[in-house]
Amino acid sequence: MLPLLLVLTVIELGSGLVLDALQETLLAYPTLLILVPVTIGMAGNLGSILAARLSTAFHLGLLSFDPADDHLAGNGLATVALAVTLFPLVGAGAWLLAWLVADPALALATVVLVALASGVALAVLAVLVTVVTTYGAYRFELDPDDVVIPIVTNVCDVLGVVVLFGAVRAIV
Amino acid sequence: MTVREVAAGAYREALPVLLVSASGGLFAGLVLGGMAAELRAVPGLLLLVPAILATRGNVYGSLGARIGSGLHQGLIDAAVTIRDERLRGAIVAALLNGVLVSVAAAIMAFGLLALLGRPVAPLSTLVAITFLTGLLSGLLLTTAVVTVVVFGYRRGLNPDTLAGPVVTTTGDLVGVATLLLTTRLVLWLGGG
Repeated sequence: MLPLLLVLTVIELGSGLVLDALQETLLAYPTLLILVPVTIGMAGNLGSILAARLSTAFHLGLLSFDPADDHLAGNGLATVALAVTLFPLVGAGAWLLAWLVADPALALATVVLVALASGVALAVLAVLVTVVTTYGAYRFELDPDDVVIPIVTNVCDVLGVVVLFGAVRAIV
Repeated sequence: MTVREVAAGAYREALPVLLVSASGGLFAGLVLGGMAAELRAVPGLLLLVPAILATRGNVYGSLGARIGSGLHQGLIDAAVTIRDERLRGAIVAALLNGVLVSVAAAIMAFGLLALLGRPVAPLSTLVAITFLTGLLSGLLLTTAVVTVVVFGYRRGLNPDTLAGPVVTTTGDLVGVATLLLTTRLVLWLGGG
């Protein structure tokens, strides 16, 4: 297991580098620092739930790789809807926690907007990555249960930080 | 099933789990937001945060899965104690992996930042912090995973469904909290 863990660590250091580049902004606004673990976690969770559901649909023979396919479109739509529901809550929660312990330094609307923008972008990216990886597993005749979840979770971790970086740069 | 039915089903199933894990993530973030001073004092520490959090999930999620499979196959008895050889083997392997990968991450992060000419704390500081974080968070998470999985199994719950959520909700919080604790300890001991 150690070699796999080391490869995954190298990938995670990539997202660490993005955080390092954003360090000054994050340290100046602790509210944004609060968003870091939850954005990474939610991105990975959205991706892994979608991946697990698509793998199961695939094994049951219910999935076809057609954008109009019920399971593909339905699960993709649910992922975006979950992000639109949860990320504004996460943003408001982060602002509230920052306000409780210190000066949040940013307006509530700014933090909610950063979270929502990151969430929507992440959901769309998570759908793309998961569908491409599941299709790749199908083409190479690999079991999607073995391959898709580790790839999607770790890629979504990195994307979580990259997207948050983009949203912070664009909005704050 | 129509697209709408599939979407509504997937949405309803995932929402509660995601709400719980989002709350856990926010508290991990609260600890991280409170350690701005430590992150400033130890350049390179922020770079290590995603790797440290992911390693907790990867190593202890797999420990939970292993114990779950062992229980299902009857290789680990439900009345298991810490003296069980198979259980101890799985725990020692997880702890060793967790500590080794954390220290390797510190060494790689140091090399990466030095190569890019960015500010970075001494290698000994980063290694001391990640070693202690790996060990301490490993002991805490092992206790949490083993307790929940074994006791859950005795009460007739499926360990495969329990291990994942336990690790994802406690892993980030335990990871960040032990990171803060060990960073303060190392700085206090004069490692900064």
